[in-house]
Amino acid sequence: MAKKEYAFYPGCSSQLKASASNYLTSVSSMCKTLDVKLTEIPDWNCCGASIGYAEGGELPRIAINARNFALAETHLPGQDIVATCAACWLGARESKDRLDASSTLMKETNEALAAAGLHYKAEVKIRHMVEVLIEDFGYDELKKPMKKSLEGVKFAGYVGCQTNRPFGIDGESFENPKYLDKLVETLGGEPVEHYDQKVTCCGGALAFSEPEKSQKQIRDIVESAYDHGAEMIVTPCPLCQANVEVYQSEINKKQGTQFNMPVLYYSQLMTVAYGGSMKDAGLDGQLIRAEKLEVITKK
Amino acid sequence: MSDHNSQAVARYRNNFLKEVEERVEEGEWVKMCMQCGVCAGSCPFGAHWQHSPQKLFMMIRAGKREEVLTSDSMWMCTSCYNCVVRCPRQLPITHIMHGLASYAHRLGIAPKGQPTREFAKIFWDNLAKKGRVNELKLTLSLYFKDGLVSGIKTAMGMQSIGLGMVKAKRLNPMEIFGGHGLKDLKGFHAILAKAREIEDKRKGLT
Repeated sequence: MAKKEYAFYPGCSSQLKASASNYLTSVSSMCKTLDVKLTEIPDWNCCGASIGYAEGGELPRIAINARNFALAETHLPGQDIVATCAACWLGARESKDRLDASSTLMKETNEALAAAGLHYKAEVKIRHMVEVLIEDFGYDELKKPMKKSLEGVKFAGYVGCQTNRPFGIDGESFENPKYLDKLVETLGGEPVEHYDQKVTCCGGALAFSEPEKSQKQIRDIVESAYDHGAEMIVTPCPLCQANVEVYQSEINKKQGTQFNMPVLYYSQLMTVAYGGSMKDAGLDGQLIRAEKLEVITKK
Repeated sequence: MSDHNSQAVARYRNNFLKEVEERVEEGEWVKMCMQCGVCAGSCPFGAHWQHSPQKLFMMIRAGKREEVLTSDSMWMCTSCYNCVVRCPRQLPITHIMHGLASYAHRLGIAPKGQPTREFAKIFWDNLAKKGRVNELKLTLSLYFKDGLVSGIKTAMGMQSIGLGMVKAKRLNPMEIFGGHGLKDLKGFHAILAKAREIEDKRKGLT
């Protein structure tokens, strides 16, 4: 039996051949090493993300999140829900907090769920994968299965917004959370100091609707990583990853920069440190190849 | 003016604050703002807001209904929550901005052609259809929202990124024929419809 079990909420972007499929690949490898059993919530649905607000309204968004909770309570009783995507975690946790705080919302939500024969009992706990790593394992435990060190690689820990605000991870500060840096250090890598764009917004969903304004944000995030001597950026958020990696070529084209900064997930770093192959770590899913990590996988 | 809009004007007359408190998500917090301006200074897109959140809050209290609801400003919110964690009065500013934008959109008086308003609608319609987001269709609907010619132009401009994503197995061209979806789609749609019905009734938008 696996050491720890969770009800897994992968989210839309982590599905097969979706934009963060390499996140899922590396999370699966990492969890295999840590003896964590992730069971997908059967028939889970989209959280609505933040950008769903305009058309979705309040109750429909809360109700679809509660549908996932009810499914988890029914099929995976007693297990915490774990999300890997920042927006999924935020959308779910926010919905749960609202429901806990208001008996009216709770009543209305269950009335909506009843239309599909479901009922939410308010028993679930919503967590981010990073919380599981830090709170249920801790840095020392995470170090134990290491087979390779990430020595000699400099990482800018880009935390971004929604894995940081408004809930935070492990009680860390919103302005300067350290957990990514600590994780990098745990794996033998070198976190760059004073990375001043650590919690800057990449534009989020507005990267699609307001590309120029967002690409200015992305430019700052990448430029500062270079300025501080980073060779790679590491992040816990699939939208941060995609925005910061994918638009570098656009920014180069429009502004004459020469950005070529790999953007990785923490789970990819961990998989490499745990001795995983390039494929196990989803490194073949990078648009900007993380060559220094690829070399370590072959050592 | 749309029906919902004229009905709201008739119902609340000059009390726009009351209208916001009753109908906008987290609107009951608006009167708690003490006008310090930390939200304005904390916003990544701050420079692009014609009216910063604290200005919007004062405008609501001053009854400037039309200026607020037709404003482009709250559509600049990237949902970064910086204002929320820094607000000394702990107002859920992000949600109030979402709520104002969503209410204006529901009344049909939000700025026409506002790109985030359009994208937000495309996004929700996309996820509501099959219960999960179809990233390929999401991207294509956005590119082609202004018609075929401009769509092809945008898509060609983004071609190398798209091909890179396909090659990295992070975008599936076959999603055009369906893609991921729910087994109990009927139940999911029933929940959405019921939730919408309850909310509309509560807010007097039926």
